[in-house]
Amino acid sequence: MPFIPHTEEDIQVMLARIGVSSIDDLFDEIPPELRSGQLSGIAPGMVEMDISRLMTERAEADGRFLNFSGAGAYEHHIPAAVWQIATRGEFYSAYTPYQAEASQGTLQLLYEFQTMMASLTGMDVANASLYDGASGLAEAVLMAVRAHKTSRRVLMPKTVHPLYRRVVDSIVRHQKIELVELDYDPAQGITTLPEEKDFAALIIPQPNFFGCLEEVDTLTDWAHSQGGLVIGLVNPLALALLTPPGQWGSKGADIAVGEGQPLGSPLSSGGPYFGFMCCKQALVRQMPGRIIGRTVDLDGKPGFALTLQAREQHIRRAKATSNICSNQGLMATAATIHMALLGPDGLERVAAACHANTVTLADKLCAIPGVKRVFAQTIFHEAVLKLPIPVADVLRAMEVQGIVGGFDLTPYYPELGQALLVCATETRTAADLQKYTEQLERIVSRRSSGPTCTKLVPTATSKW
Amino acid sequence: MLIFEHSQPKRRSAAQAPATLAACDDIPSRLRRKAPPLLPEVSEMDAVRHYTRLSQKNFSIDTHFYPLGSCTMKYNPRACNQLAMLPQLLARHPMSSENTGQGFLASMFDLQEMLKEVTGMAAVSLTPMAGAQGEFAGVAMIRAYHDARGDTARSEILVPDAAHGTNPATAVMCGYTVREIPTDSDGNVDLAALKAAVGPQTAGLMLTNPSTLGVFEKSIQDIQRIVHEAGGLLYYDGANLNAILGRVKPGDMGFDVIHLNLHKTFSTPHGGGGPGAGPVGVSLRLEPFLPIPMVANEEGRYRWLTEQDRPHSIGRLSAFMGNAGVLLRAYVYGRMLGAEGMHRVAEFATLNANYLMVELAQAGFDVAFAKRRASHEFIITLKKLKDETGVTAMDVAKRLLDKGFHAPTTYFPMLVQECLLIEPTETESKQTLDAFIAALKEIRDEAYSQPELVKGAPYSMPVRRLDDVKAARELDLVWQPS
Repeated sequence: MPFIPHTEEDIQVMLARIGVSSIDDLFDEIPPELRSGQLSGIAPGMVEMDISRLMTERAEADGRFLNFSGAGAYEHHIPAAVWQIATRGEFYSAYTPYQAEASQGTLQLLYEFQTMMASLTGMDVANASLYDGASGLAEAVLMAVRAHKTSRRVLMPKTVHPLYRRVVDSIVRHQKIELVELDYDPAQGITTLPEEKDFAALIIPQPNFFGCLEEVDTLTDWAHSQGGLVIGLVNPLALALLTPPGQWGSKGADIAVGEGQPLGSPLSSGGPYFGFMCCKQALVRQMPGRIIGRTVDLDGKPGFALTLQAREQHIRRAKATSNICSNQGLMATAATIHMALLGPDGLERVAAACHANTVTLADKLCAIPGVKRVFAQTIFHEAVLKLPIPVADVLRAMEVQGIVGGFDLTPYYPELGQALLVCATETRTAADLQKYTEQLERIVSRRSSGPTCTKLVPTATSKW
Repeated sequence: MLIFEHSQPKRRSAAQAPATLAACDDIPSRLRRKAPPLLPEVSEMDAVRHYTRLSQKNFSIDTHFYPLGSCTMKYNPRACNQLAMLPQLLARHPMSSENTGQGFLASMFDLQEMLKEVTGMAAVSLTPMAGAQGEFAGVAMIRAYHDARGDTARSEILVPDAAHGTNPATAVMCGYTVREIPTDSDGNVDLAALKAAVGPQTAGLMLTNPSTLGVFEKSIQDIQRIVHEAGGLLYYDGANLNAILGRVKPGDMGFDVIHLNLHKTFSTPHGGGGPGAGPVGVSLRLEPFLPIPMVANEEGRYRWLTEQDRPHSIGRLSAFMGNAGVLLRAYVYGRMLGAEGMHRVAEFATLNANYLMVELAQAGFDVAFAKRRASHEFIITLKKLKDETGVTAMDVAKRLLDKGFHAPTTYFPMLVQECLLIEPTETESKQTLDAFIAALKEIRDEAYSQPELVKGAPYSMPVRRLDDVKAARELDLVWQPS
């Protein structure tokens, strides 16, 4: 079922004008031996009704779970207007705004996006999005090394999301950059001041992967005193409550990056989300990705255009700041509408509700014998709990009850023992928290007093 | 007017946030934000009206013919969007177990298999989030392959001078130096120059075929032999796959590694700049290095393959699995097309391009490679028009906006002066193409009779031509309240 409008008459007229007798003739420059046969491995086409049934059946078979997992992707209410507007064809089916005069909608929206992100992070400027938080962090590492000029070492705390650390390694490893792992305080769950001198940048996650709040002022001032830059890795929603990176320490972070998903992107099994990047004015020419600027037209009327394109691959080729071309424009579009609908007050209410929900949940769970908080440090909307039985067993039993119970830290942080990362956003009700608590209590007590629960589903063996 | 200029202190969209502000007294004040961020304070209707009106200032596929060369702006079927946004699919947490997403994973596995079949590659990973990230993955695999063989002296990636800018930029990100290969007068890679360039330092060649000049590399079999005999690998940039979908498989042309732009060939939306998806496919010898995660089908049960299963992988490129929602849209599109539909994509994309090229040539426009067949796109050069009237390719592009058409790609590839790279795609009708031809003729007539009219275009857009120099010199990237 291709989406091809040609009638048989159109085809004949077109072939005659070209001067060939068949469409096959148009491929006569391709060596005939390269012509592929039938695509025997591909099923016949489906009409919309049939593919709708297939996809709906698959989605319904997957079902819906009560979610208490965070770990870098957070379930939030998204106003209905966000995706109704973002999927208007004028936004959804437009390209990168190369023809500025015919793309003022996208361009103005992205200028508003840059303004919102810069303000949220307390930084001077922002770009128009990167792929996601993890690859955005890799771009920040590359940018910091470019800006620093003398060192190619970057300090990477273990409190950064473990998968982000792997992504950064995958992306920067070819450019002779050394990632130096920093330890954390086992009692507080936050990064300890290292004894490092020669480094291009220190990454500071806020909140960190454990949900713990890093002592950002101390870390920032220390890194600057050693001549390094500071990269703030932040949850944008948390910044409604927490000090923005631009105000950390006496001089503020130099670059702020993060995962934009909490601002209007559905969980959707991991994407598409978007990365954001903001920085100080002095670093703007080192920034990767599209940047929108406000200018004027021939009549002096304000308008918007892509700018600083001399940094980019299509102009600078091998000397570009990055190879990035497509970004996550539609997700940034959704985020802009999302932030406009929530406003400063709404965003703070959501952040506060998430935080209060998680604190309440952690307190309730810690009343269960054998369950306790691992770290003493203040958290934002995510907590690490020690369990008396293996976390994988708990998560399996929870899943049978329709609950995604959190993230198992055991494979990534074996030193923590049986540790679970749990999150309750504003979307969880008091009844949800109660259900989770009752289930955990039941699972822990059954396991402590009797045989393991029957496995109703196959074991999930692979680890992220 | 900016959304911030609609703002009124204390105005809220009350339905969109919790009714109360929960206390967060446990967070010490030294870590707390002192002043609220500069976000608009507007009603829900204010926001809806503002962004709906902004949308109306865009050209898009849904509203206009958009023949942007090398970008494959074809119709994005609405079903793809609706089915990727089924509530269960949107709600699934990326770190929940495979038990919670067997239907989703089945779709991802099927997509991997579908892409293997249409590209002729041995294995596919879906995880790269855009074409440029697919390129990165591909070149990183070339490096991993050479390294695994202890063949570490290969330091150079060859790139034709007509290539997309992402190719050289990617090679540098992977630690390679770049050597450009010139194009011959026929639009092909210059074989003599290629032979002279390859050697023990050659890690690989990145090639788009059909090239960005809109012609098929007729010597592809020679090219692949030259590169392979030198010990290099051949990289296929899938930007132009729409021209050969269902017709020629990159694997059959001898490519070792490829990326696809699903936001081009598989019709997922461009979204004003993204998100895209850039899956990579490889021949058997590169299979161990594919980026993770990938999906395995183990007797009907689907699961992720990760570090434990694939120790030689070049690693992860995104925190989770890539742009799942984009991949779902591509899957729905592929299932709707089916095998027969895929064959027809390249056929009708090529028919439309050749028809447009021939008609424009007969109308007196200069086609850059007139002796060649067009692939799914072609180039016209307006050098003569510029010499005779002073009207440039950019002026013509801007005037096309007034005529209700998005402009073709301008000034790319840089090898052809005053060029327009025109890609109509298969989803446009003959009647639309005829109207576009008529518009170009009108503009040419205007260029001779009233050149200032064309140079001043556009007139009917929300703004007239913008001052790019001022935008770059007097940077205004964020709004400041006065």
